[in-house]
Amino acid sequence: MPVIAARSVHKSFGEFEAVRGVDFEVARGEFFGFLGPNGAGKSSLMRMIGCVSPVTSGELRIFDLDPNVDGAAIRSRMGVVPQTDNLDQELTLLENLVMYGRYFDIPRRECRDRARELLEFVQLADRADSRVEPLSGGMKRRLTIARSLMNRPELLLLDEPTTGLDPQARHVLWERLYRLKEQGVTLALTTHYMDEAEQLCDRLVVMDRGRIVAEGTPRGLIVEHSTREVLELRLLSTTPDDIAERLAPIGERVEVLPDRVLVYAHDGEAALASVHQLGIEPLASLVRRSSLEDVFLRLTGRSLVE
Amino acid sequence: MSATVIRRSTPASIRVWEAQVVTVWRAWKSSALLSMLQPLVFLGGMGFGVGALVDERSGSTAALGGLGYLAFLGPALMATTAMQTATFEASYPVMDGFKWRRAFEAMTATPVAPRDVVNGMALWWASRILLGVTGVALVLAAIPTTRGWGLIPAALGATLCGMVFATAMGAWASTRESEASFAAVQRFIIIPLFLFGGAFYPVDSLPSALRPVAWITPLWHGVELSRGLTTSGITFAAACGHLAYLAVLTAIGYIICRITFHRRLTR
Amino acid sequence: MSATAVDDTITAPALRVVPGTLRGAGRMVERSILVYRRTWLIIVSGFFEPLFYLLSIRIGFGALVGDVQTPNGPVDYAVFVAPALMASSAMNGAVYDSTMNIFFKLKHARLYETVLSTPLGPSAVAIGEITWALMRGVLYSVAFLGCMAALGMVISWWALLALPACVLIGLAFASAGMAVTTYMRGWNDFEFIPAATLPMFVLSATFYPVSSYGGLSWVVQLSPLYHGVALVRAACLGEGSWGLLGHVTVLAVMTVIGLRVASRRIGTLLLT
Repeated sequence: MPVIAARSVHKSFGEFEAVRGVDFEVARGEFFGFLGPNGAGKSSLMRMIGCVSPVTSGELRIFDLDPNVDGAAIRSRMGVVPQTDNLDQELTLLENLVMYGRYFDIPRRECRDRARELLEFVQLADRADSRVEPLSGGMKRRLTIARSLMNRPELLLLDEPTTGLDPQARHVLWERLYRLKEQGVTLALTTHYMDEAEQLCDRLVVMDRGRIVAEGTPRGLIVEHSTREVLELRLLSTTPDDIAERLAPIGERVEVLPDRVLVYAHDGEAALASVHQLGIEPLASLVRRSSLEDVFLRLTGRSLVE
Repeated sequence: MSATVIRRSTPASIRVWEAQVVTVWRAWKSSALLSMLQPLVFLGGMGFGVGALVDERSGSTAALGGLGYLAFLGPALMATTAMQTATFEASYPVMDGFKWRRAFEAMTATPVAPRDVVNGMALWWASRILLGVTGVALVLAAIPTTRGWGLIPAALGATLCGMVFATAMGAWASTRESEASFAAVQRFIIIPLFLFGGAFYPVDSLPSALRPVAWITPLWHGVELSRGLTTSGITFAAACGHLAYLAVLTAIGYIICRITFHRRLTR
Repeated sequence: MSATAVDDTITAPALRVVPGTLRGAGRMVERSILVYRRTWLIIVSGFFEPLFYLLSIRIGFGALVGDVQTPNGPVDYAVFVAPALMASSAMNGAVYDSTMNIFFKLKHARLYETVLSTPLGPSAVAIGEITWALMRGVLYSVAFLGCMAALGMVISWWALLALPACVLIGLAFASAGMAVTTYMRGWNDFEFIPAATLPMFVLSATFYPVSSYGGLSWVVQLSPLYHGVALVRAACLGEGSWGLLGHVTVLAVMTVIGLRVASRRIGTLLLT
């Protein structure tokens, strides 16, 4: 039985359709990702899974329960890390966790034990009695994750957990998330960072404008929708418009972006040599492996982070 | 490209004042409405209602210096309104400027100096207080008992009284890291002054030990001034005395504001 | 707390972890207590407010007014006004707690969003917050009555009934305040709250008998606070009558409507 099962789930806010019929399943113990740009419908989907937003149409089942009927029962088995921190500013770190546990009706002493343990887990034990306000963004995120674990959830929902964090804070967070996966927690994460999706997710769906445009493992999606390597060229802004046509024979596909041109080819270095042979002198060039960013560009014609 | 030359056409403090105006402009209708409503309600309920009870009791009119209760209370409301408007405008908006929206920080990143922020805020307080006091004065002008040209100097005097509170509160707020103490200021300073400062009944009713305390409070001077200029009559010398006292306190408050704002914005 | 209780929570979530609404409401109260434990000084300082008001009535207005004529004979002015101030204080406390305070938690602290991601539902939130407002209200009412007694303004043991009357006032205004708050768009809208409470405070037969209003006394009847003042004053002066049930009904109806609107609106605001 999947932990989350969605069949043609729709979500509308008045005229606006945020989610336009999505189907997917998340298996127990899986790290599942929703990759897409802002406005793709990821957060709306997360709120429906979190049972705080009713499904407009279609069928959504979590733990084989219906969110509209058993919302409270589902929420009691789930942890939620929202996109923006909503920690209790009037309480200390420890009290934040204890109080959150109390909302689940967990006995007070048990709450305190778990809170201490979790502060240890997110490396904030030394700040237990401090207020939330002075914490850095990364610390607040870790505290929110600790809070979401107070009820020992079977499923953890993370809505863009690393947006706005510096690279180091992101890595600390990722490492903690791996640990949770090792412990058997099912994780569902939304992100618009392709590196995050690539690093963390076992399987993911690519979302765009309320729809799922592709599904698979990070590697599988790249193999399916892109070439092995990409040649990135930075050209003079005075380069004529027919550059795409001139480069077309070199790679399988050429994408012209505002700031650079991407040439998709199996062998990037060979492609670069061909570019030079054509008499085109780029200001800079870079050969790299294909990423989910390229998959997204291929599928939607737009880049992820705009 | 040549460097942009900035022509300073308006003083920086005016632009700080402007920023405050822009911030509250959207809600000016409700603010205007409310500044009229409070005096209306107080005069209607207390002035006429309690006034009827007071005036029918023999001896009470004498205790009020020969005035009817409406004539006694009405002008004093200009001073209490000034005090209340001032304390509010110099507390939360100041905290907002320093800490919440950090508008002062943004201003001083431009050619605006900390002293311009103080001047602009002082100007803002003055205009906001004057607006509130004018609301009261308009209501008083509609009542025959309290109508008179004296309302104009009285409104200005009440505004000066408000500035004592504004500069003091502004200085205090600029040294605070949180708004926690504002409620206590309200509770232990503003409300007692409102109740015991001579607005609702003469300070002679207070125990004799407390009367000198009332006499040094700026509110009492504001109340005496507004009432004297409007209904009870006042000598030129006494009016000047009250004004001088309020002016000196405002000057002190202003100087402290200059120091504390500068400290906060340059630390 | 025993270890078995702990195990229950973990191993049989479906049985125990879904608390009833009242239980959830209890958790909300628990949070408020946790927060206010740190700010007890502010609560204590609140006791001074009734003292200031009562003193000014005693030494100021009392001297100017003397006695008030009521249907049951003349009453000392301070004794007449004090119960009305007590009722107004119950109203003001409940309104503050249910408007500014709730709005802050709704829009800025986003506390309710957090709570609703747990098994607690919107009615638990509404009931919990109102319960807390009432608990604070009772505390202040007791203090108020204590001040009145200390200043010699209580003339009958029936005055103890003023406490439940104030609870009812608090309940009615907290529910209505909470319902109104869910419609607030921003802080600017809060300017309108004093526009409602101030006229009620002054014009609810607070400072003089309703007979003084003459032909306009029916307007006074429209103010919910008037009904609260009537109840508290009747209790403090020890004047019981069946007519008081009418006042109780008005406040009870206000409570029911307010609560229903509030919990439905919190639901639609947060669960979209």
